[in-house]
Amino acid sequence: MPDLLIELFSEEIPARMQKRASEDLKKLVTDGLVEAGLTYAGAAAFATPRRLTLSVEGLTAESKATLQERRGPALDAKPQAIAGFMRGLDIEAPDSIYRKYVEDIRNGEVITVGEVMLKSIEAKGRQFLFASIENRGRMAADIVAEVLEATIRNFPWPKSMRWGEGTLKWVRPLHSILCILSDEGGAEVVPLDIDGITSGDTTQGHRFMAKGATSVSSFDDYEAKLKRAYVVLRADERAEMIWHDATNQAFAAGLEVVEDRGLLAEVAGLVEWPVVLLGRIDDDFLGLPPEVLQTSMKEHQKFFSVKNPKTGRIERFVTVANMETADNGATILAGNQKVLSARLADAKFFWENDLRVAKAGMEPWLDSLGNVTFHNKLGSQQDRVTRVAALAREIAPDIGADPDLATQAAKVAKADLASEMVYEFPDLQGLMGRYYAEAAELPAEVAEACEEHYSPLGPSDDVPTAPVSVAVALADKIDTLTGFWAIDEKPTGSKDPFALRRAALGVIRLLLSNGKSLELLNIFKHATFFEVTYQSLKKFGSDVEGHNERVRERLYQAFLDDKLESVSVEMRQEIADLADRAKAGFPGEEPSNSKIIEIDEAARTDLLSFFHDRLKVFLKDKGIRHDIIDACIAMPGNDDLTLLVKRAEALAATLATDDGENLIQGFKRANNILSQAEEKDGVEYSYGADLKYAEEPAEKALFAALDAADAKIGPAMEAEDFSTAMTGMAALRGPIDQFFTDVQVNADSQVVRRNRLNLLSRIRKSCLSVADLTKIEGSS
Amino acid sequence: MAEKPRSFQEIILRLQTYWAGRGCAILQPYDMEVGAGTFHPATTLRSLGSKPWAAAYVQPSRRPTDGRYGENPNRLQHYYQYQVIIKPSPSDLQDIYLGSLEAIGIDASMHDIRFVEDDWESPTLGAWGLGWEVWCDGMEVSQFTYFQQVGGHDCKPVSGELTYGLERLAIYILGVDHVMDMPFNDPQSPIPLTYGDIFKQTEQEYARWNFDVADTDVLLQHFKDAEAECQRILDTPSDDPKKDMKIIMAHPAYDQCIKASHVFNLLDARGVISVTERQAYIGRVRALAKMCADAFVQTEAGGQAA
Repeated sequence: MPDLLIELFSEEIPARMQKRASEDLKKLVTDGLVEAGLTYAGAAAFATPRRLTLSVEGLTAESKATLQERRGPALDAKPQAIAGFMRGLDIEAPDSIYRKYVEDIRNGEVITVGEVMLKSIEAKGRQFLFASIENRGRMAADIVAEVLEATIRNFPWPKSMRWGEGTLKWVRPLHSILCILSDEGGAEVVPLDIDGITSGDTTQGHRFMAKGATSVSSFDDYEAKLKRAYVVLRADERAEMIWHDATNQAFAAGLEVVEDRGLLAEVAGLVEWPVVLLGRIDDDFLGLPPEVLQTSMKEHQKFFSVKNPKTGRIERFVTVANMETADNGATILAGNQKVLSARLADAKFFWENDLRVAKAGMEPWLDSLGNVTFHNKLGSQQDRVTRVAALAREIAPDIGADPDLATQAAKVAKADLASEMVYEFPDLQGLMGRYYAEAAELPAEVAEACEEHYSPLGPSDDVPTAPVSVAVALADKIDTLTGFWAIDEKPTGSKDPFALRRAALGVIRLLLSNGKSLELLNIFKHATFFEVTYQSLKKFGSDVEGHNERVRERLYQAFLDDKLESVSVEMRQEIADLADRAKAGFPGEEPSNSKIIEIDEAARTDLLSFFHDRLKVFLKDKGIRHDIIDACIAMPGNDDLTLLVKRAEALAATLATDDGENLIQGFKRANNILSQAEEKDGVEYSYGADLKYAEEPAEKALFAALDAADAKIGPAMEAEDFSTAMTGMAALRGPIDQFFTDVQVNADSQVVRRNRLNLLSRIRKSCLSVADLTKIEGSS
Repeated sequence: MAEKPRSFQEIILRLQTYWAGRGCAILQPYDMEVGAGTFHPATTLRSLGSKPWAAAYVQPSRRPTDGRYGENPNRLQHYYQYQVIIKPSPSDLQDIYLGSLEAIGIDASMHDIRFVEDDWESPTLGAWGLGWEVWCDGMEVSQFTYFQQVGGHDCKPVSGELTYGLERLAIYILGVDHVMDMPFNDPQSPIPLTYGDIFKQTEQEYARWNFDVADTDVLLQHFKDAEAECQRILDTPSDDPKKDMKIIMAHPAYDQCIKASHVFNLLDARGVISVTERQAYIGRVRALAKMCADAFVQTEAGGQAA
C-alpha cells in the first residue's frame, strides 16, 4: 500500500485563496483516484504562501481488472443501430468498416478492436452482436499522473493567469511539481510533464533562509526537511505559533493582544516561518480612537493591536515577519514602525479635520449628502435622511423614544459618510458618527443612535435596545424597504443587491427582541406619504418654500387623522396642484427626481408578506413550524409582528401538549363534518345551537365546555393573552373527543342533526377565534 | 553586499546599471505628461504582440490630485517611477528582481521582504494583470505584475512588469523622514542638493495651478481635441501616398490618448468632474487606448510580418 505525496510549488499564492485551494486539491485528486478504481486510507492537504501539498496514505498499488459484457442489436439490424452500438463502445469507424465487422462475425469470427472483443450470440433463434470489454488493472502511478495533470489543468482558482510564453494557467507561475509514491521499498517519482514542468522528488525551503533543493522520500521526511529549511507546512501550526508568541510577548509587557481570527488566518498565509515582533506606536497617535488605530493597522499593515488592559487603550502592535535576522528583527521592526507612523499621520490628519467640522455642527457634511446619490429613483442621501427623520418621529412613540431626539438623531446619523475618516475607512461608518456627534456635544442618545442605527447587520449581530437607536434603526430600514417596493426593485432569487432581506430581518429582530409593537401597514403608509410630500414640496418652487415645514406638518396631521378632507379648501387646492405638477414632472428637473413615488396598497401588502416570509425563516430557526405561523398570519392584526409571534409561540406551546395535538384532530373532524354537511345541504350552520335539543350527556357536556371556553377565550384574546386563550381552547379536547365517541351527528331527527351541526360550528368558531387551525398540517 | 547608496540619484544609477546588466535596453523617459510609467509606449504598446522586448527606464509621473504643496513627507504631484518591462516574463523574474533590491542596498538577510497579493487593473488602459505589491519591512517598495491584457488584447506572450516608486524607496534606504530632506546628489558634492532644493517650489506652484488655477474650459477643449485627433489619425488610410508604403500611425495616435488621459487627471484635480461623469471620461480614454492597441498590433513592432 504506497503513500502518495504531491507538492505544487509556485510563486506567492494570495493568502485568502490558500485554504480553499488545498481543499480543492485534495478533493479533485482523491475523487479522481477513486473514480479510476483506486482506494486510499486517508488524505490531508496543506498550504503555505508558495506551495500546495497533498498527502494520501494507503493507496492501492493498482486498480482492479474489470470485465464488462454488453449485448447489442441483431446482426441484421439497421446500419444506424449497429453504428450506435459501435460508437457506444468507442469504436469509431465508417459504416463500411462496421458492415465488414458484422459480416466477419456472421461468418463465426471473433473480432478484437482495442480492448473490445466482438462476437455473436444466439437468442430466440436470432444472432445478436455481443461485446466483452476488458479493462486491465492500471498501476497507481499511471492513474496518479493522469489525475494530477487533469487537476492542474482544470484547477478552480478564483483568478488565474498565464506567464512567459506558456498557455498553462495557475494562480501565479507554477515552478515545480513534486510527485512521489513511496512504500517500504523506497520512493519513486511519478513521471509527469506539464508544459515543460517535469515532476521530481525535490522541494525548496524558505525563500531567504534556505538555499537549494532537497529531495524527499515520504510525507514525514518532507515535513521534517521543510521545517529544517524554515518552512512550517501546516497553516494551523503557523497560526498557533503566531498567537502563542504574540500573547506571550504582550503578557510580558503587561499588555494583551486584541483577538482577530480573520487577521490571524490571513497573516498565517503570508509567512512560511512566522517571527513575531512587538512594536511601539508613536505617542503622537495614542490619542486617536482605538478603533481607528486598529483599523488602520489591520487594513494597511496587517498588524495586530495590543492594548493596555488597565486603560483599554491600544498602545502597541504586533507584526509578523517571515524572517529571522542577525539583529533579532530590530531593522524590520524599525522599518515597520516608520511605515506605521506615516499611515497614522494620515489618520490623525483626517481625524483632526473631521473634528473641526463636527464641532462646528457638521453642516458641510449634511449639505454634501445632497450630492451623493442613494438611488437614482429614490433621490440623494439627503432626501433619504429627511424621510428617515420624519419616519423616526412617527415610530418613536410606539418604541418609547422621545420623538424630538429620534428626529435629531436621524438627521445626523448619516453625516459621517461625508467625513474624511469614513472615506478612507468605510468600515468605521457609524462609529465615527458617534465620535463626531459627541464632539458636537449632541445628546448622548443621539450619539449612540449614530453608531447603532445600522444594527443589526448580520443575523447574529447584537440588537440595539436604546429607544432612540431602535426608532432610527427601524426608520432607516423601513424607508429602504418601502422605497424599493415603491419602485418595484424587490429581491429575486439569489439577487438582493440592496440587502433588503437583511433589512427586513433587522426590523423583525429590532421589534421582537425589544418586545415592541408596530402596525407595519400603517407605518408603510406614512413612509409613502412622506416620500410624496417631501419630494413634491421640495420641487414645488419658491411659492411653497416659505411655509414648507408648515404645509408638511398639516398634511401629515390630516393624513394621520385620516381626514384629508378636513384641510382647508385652499390647502386642498394646493395639494391637488402639487400632485398634478409633480406627476407632470417639474420643469428643468431630472424626470426621475420629480416623479411621485408611491407605495400603493398592493405593494404595501406585498411588502408585509415579504416580512412574513422572513419571519417564517427566522422562527423556523427557533423551532416554530411554518404552518403554525401561517395559522397566526391568517388572523387579524398580522402586521404587528410582535403580536403575531406571541400568538405563534402560544400556539406552538399548546400544540406541543397532548391536549393540543388531540384538539387539532377534534377540530379538524368537526370542521370536516360541518363543511361536508354545509356543502351537501347548501346552508351555513353557524347559529342557533340550543341546549334544549341536546340528548346525550356528552352533547350537554360539550355545550357547557364551549360556554366555559368562550368565557375564557374572549377576554383573554381581548387582552392579547394568547396562552390563556389557548389553554381555554385546549380544554375543549376532552369534551370534543367524548362527543365524537358517544354522539352520532347525523341523527335521524333533522332537528337534532341541525342542532348538532350548529354545535360543531361553535367548536369551529371558538377555535378559529384563536388561530386559523385549518392551516395546521397535521399528523393524520 | 554593495555599500549603501548615498543619494537619490545613486539609487537610480544603480538600478540603471543593474537592469542594463540583465539585458534591458535602458530607455529615456517619455517626453509627455503621464500618470505612471506604464503609460510609456515602451510598456503599453510593446507589451502587445509576439515580439520579445526588454526595457527599463525612469519615468517622471504626474498625479495632480496627490499634490500637497511639498508638505507631506511622501506625497507628491510629480514623482519618479522606475519601470522594467520584459516579454516574455523570464521564469526567474522574482529572483532577478530581488537582485535589484540588493543592488540598491537592501540586504535580504536583514529585512522582511514579502510578495503580497495585488491585482493590477487600469480602467483607462483597458488592462489588467496579476501579481503583488512587494513589501519591505511593511512598506510597499514595488509593484510586480504579469500582464494578462492590455488595450483589450490578450498578452501573448505575457510581459513581466516591475514598478518602483523611487522617492518612497529612496526615503527608506537613505533613512530620511521627509522627501524634501533627501539628498538628491552626493551630500559630499561641492554643491550638495536635496530633493527639496529641486522640487519644493515646483510642488507648490503646480499644486496651486492644479487645484485652483488651471482653466477648466481650456482643459475640456484639450480633451475633446485630443480625442478627435486620436480618432482622425487612426481613421487615416494606412497607405501613405507620398512614400508609397503602409504606415500605420499607432504611436502618434497613442500620444493623443496619453494627452487625453492627463487632461482628465487635471480636470479631476480641479474638482469639475462628478462621480457619474468620471466613469464616462474613463470610458472615453479607454476607447482611445483600445483603438491604439488595435492599430499597434497591425504594425511590424506589434508582431505583424513586414
